Amino acid sequence: MKKITLLLIIFVILGCSSQESLDVESANKQGILLLDNGTEPQGLDPHIVTGVTEHKIIIALFEGLTMQNPQGEGVIPGAAESWTISSNGKELLFRIRDDAVWSNGDPLTAEDFVYSWRRILTPALGSKYPDMLYAVKNAEEFNKGLIKNFDQVGVEAIDEKVLKVTLKTKTPFFLKQLAHYATFPVHPNTIEKFGGISNRDSQWTRPANMISNGPFTLTEWSINKVIKVTKNERYWDSDNLKLNGIHFLPIDNESTADRYYRSGKTHNLNIIQTEKISKYQNEFPNEFKLEKYFGTYYYRINTDIAPLNNIKVRKALSLAIDREVIVDRVTKGGQKPAYSFTPPSKNYYDPPTSLPHDPSLARKLLAEAGFPNGNGFPEFELLYNTNEGHQKIAQAIQQFWLKELGIKVTLTNVDWKVYLDRQSQGEFEITRAGWIGDYVDPNSFLDMMVTDRGNNMTGWSNTQYDDYLTKAAFSESEKDRINYFTEAEKILMDELPIIPIYTYTRVYMLREEVKGWFPNMLDTHPYQFISLED
Amino acid sequence: MLVVISATFFMVHAAPGGPFDDDRVASPEIIKQLNETYNLNDPLISQLGNYLFNALQGDFGPSYKYPGRTVSELIASGLPITAELAFYSVLFALLLGILSGIIASLNPGKFLDHFPMSVSMIGICVPSIILGPILILIFGIWFEILPVSGWGEFSGDKILPTITLGSAYAAIFARLTRGGMLEILAQDFIRTARAKGLNETRVVFFHALRGGIMPTIGFLGPAIAGLFAGSFVVETIFQINGIGRYYVQAAFNRDYTLILGISVLITFFTLTFVLFSDILATYLNPRLREKGSMN
Repeated sequence: MKKITLLLIIFVILGCSSQESLDVESANKQGILLLDNGTEPQGLDPHIVTGVTEHKIIIALFEGLTMQNPQGEGVIPGAAESWTISSNGKELLFRIRDDAVWSNGDPLTAEDFVYSWRRILTPALGSKYPDMLYAVKNAEEFNKGLIKNFDQVGVEAIDEKVLKVTLKTKTPFFLKQLAHYATFPVHPNTIEKFGGISNRDSQWTRPANMISNGPFTLTEWSINKVIKVTKNERYWDSDNLKLNGIHFLPIDNESTADRYYRSGKTHNLNIIQTEKISKYQNEFPNEFKLEKYFGTYYYRINTDIAPLNNIKVRKALSLAIDREVIVDRVTKGGQKPAYSFTPPSKNYYDPPTSLPHDPSLARKLLAEAGFPNGNGFPEFELLYNTNEGHQKIAQAIQQFWLKELGIKVTLTNVDWKVYLDRQSQGEFEITRAGWIGDYVDPNSFLDMMVTDRGNNMTGWSNTQYDDYLTKAAFSESEKDRINYFTEAEKILMDELPIIPIYTYTRVYMLREEVKGWFPNMLDTHPYQFISLED
Repeated sequence: MLVVISATFFMVHAAPGGPFDDDRVASPEIIKQLNETYNLNDPLISQLGNYLFNALQGDFGPSYKYPGRTVSELIASGLPITAELAFYSVLFALLLGILSGIIASLNPGKFLDHFPMSVSMIGICVPSIILGPILILIFGIWFEILPVSGWGEFSGDKILPTITLGSAYAAIFARLTRGGMLEILAQDFIRTARAKGLNETRVVFFHALRGGIMPTIGFLGPAIAGLFAGSFVVETIFQINGIGRYYVQAAFNRDYTLILGISVLITFFTLTFVLFSDILATYLNPRLREKGSMN
């Protein structure tokens, strides 16, 4: 009996104990940033992965030619100290820093970039982000297997430190794309050592194997526990690095993440639970952050199907939606009503489009389309992937359409992969969708709706729209370019193959001692600028 | 086992959507290339053959969702957690079940019999998918005294998952123990022991329990196997990163190899524990042993 009691006590102690992990106070002293990073990353290979979680780790480990300016929408020099652009905008010469080296001491060369870009464009690697380099001459052709010789692709090493890039056409946002991890360099010898250029399942990203060129190096990767990176003493700007390391914690449960933050185990809270937003906003105004994010939540319409192929019907559907009500009473996360597809930015692109809430005009248009008071309008399906948030919005919109237009909608939720499958097969009438831009430029949204683009999926096509996009690509001045985008945006908001609902915001908490963390639309916070102060 | 693997294999491939479908639509060329890399363009039957051939050599393939990770590696990271959860749950179930079974058997027909037995009936009937959220609501949200997610991250976060997973088995153990005990307590040797003046505690715990616990032991194997399967629900509710949660996520991600790998493991556990439990029961129970030797 005594033995049993003893065992029992041991188990209770074991059961109640928790792992020892660093708290912010000691982390502050050691200069270690403790980041709640959402989920376990898919991987750390910049040419394979596709998510935001991965992005946040990869920018600590690797550095591209340019870097996202943390205080604005442009870029600043990264591994390249400078560059020149030819007068026609097609040829770019990048000067790589003399003191830029890999974490094993090898110099970072122009040839390393040629190898890395060849890798992401190699069809057999199956990268999902090769299009980040499609602006480069023949890159798309090489990636699609139309040409086999990489020498024909517009990237070459002039000498050890000078990289020449030839573009198809002038591409003003190309420098921004170079701040995206898909264009980052990888260490050629390491890649070759662990299975070669087209091996997806390579072990090179393991802590013992990884050679990187960013401000930090990978020291530990425990699945679902932590990823630890340590200051790279060989980084060209290591003297100015204020952090000694970062711990990325994959905490995918919002309530656990909240507990982590409140008990001082992380410096940030990646996502605030909706019900706690207003409480935190009032109680911790210095830690609470609500920032614009470069993303749009929208409804995608299958324009191949009657009566949704009728512009008047699509307009009526949009006019019946009160976006203010949706963000104030349904989503309640500080989102902004969307009146354009591209999230507007006061600094350089602010389309004059509007998507008013006007039920009487909506009814008028619906009547003109042949469905007075919704009579004879076929019942259709609104498809979304299973998620409580999507459901609430869908229910609200279902009510708007029924109340204002007399149109009946069935809500269908399916699991994520079924949703994707049905969407790509065109087996839907209206689906919910969301898009986060990869670089801050209207092109990262508007290009999607060009005829037959993979992500268009609405069946919608408008030659004038396509024409504006082409003109924007070839335009000489930035002002013209923005004007073309604005014209294209007007067409899109007039024909509405997609109905924007709201612009995403980032709502999170950040402890006050974290300095050098600036708000920006891509939610990118280069760690080179971050410090921890007491 | 072969049947389970084959059935799982065909079912996962029949589900709509593939492992490489993504929000950001990749070009058809890329999807084709990826399918080629992982031999997903081959006829299903030859894919199955390949899988079995490799699996027999202990190679369960790469995960599609986590490139660079093997299925074995992912299982190795989740299994200790699931095993720990199952272990605590079985311990909880045994302690609670046997104790209430004994109490009930000593008070047949009285309140102390009816009460634990009614509770255990509820325990059997209420599935963990309902019990879990109820416990979360009471202890996590109303009283805010216990964490509602994670495993080993905050003190006390192991308590609710253990209770949720263990309850149904505690209830079964209670009924089995009660039945076993009632049978033993009515036998002559117990009456002799009592007549000799042994105190009641000794009679119950040293003489009666030894036999009365037999049905519980017989059920232990299937129970442990069941706990592993039950961890799918409990780990998902409490967001514990064990193999149960991996399995559920793999199903959503269409991570074919990970689904199959965990299916193989669970099937193996189930068969092993049931077999082990049968052997143990035969060994401990003289009646079963005799039958065996007669054949």
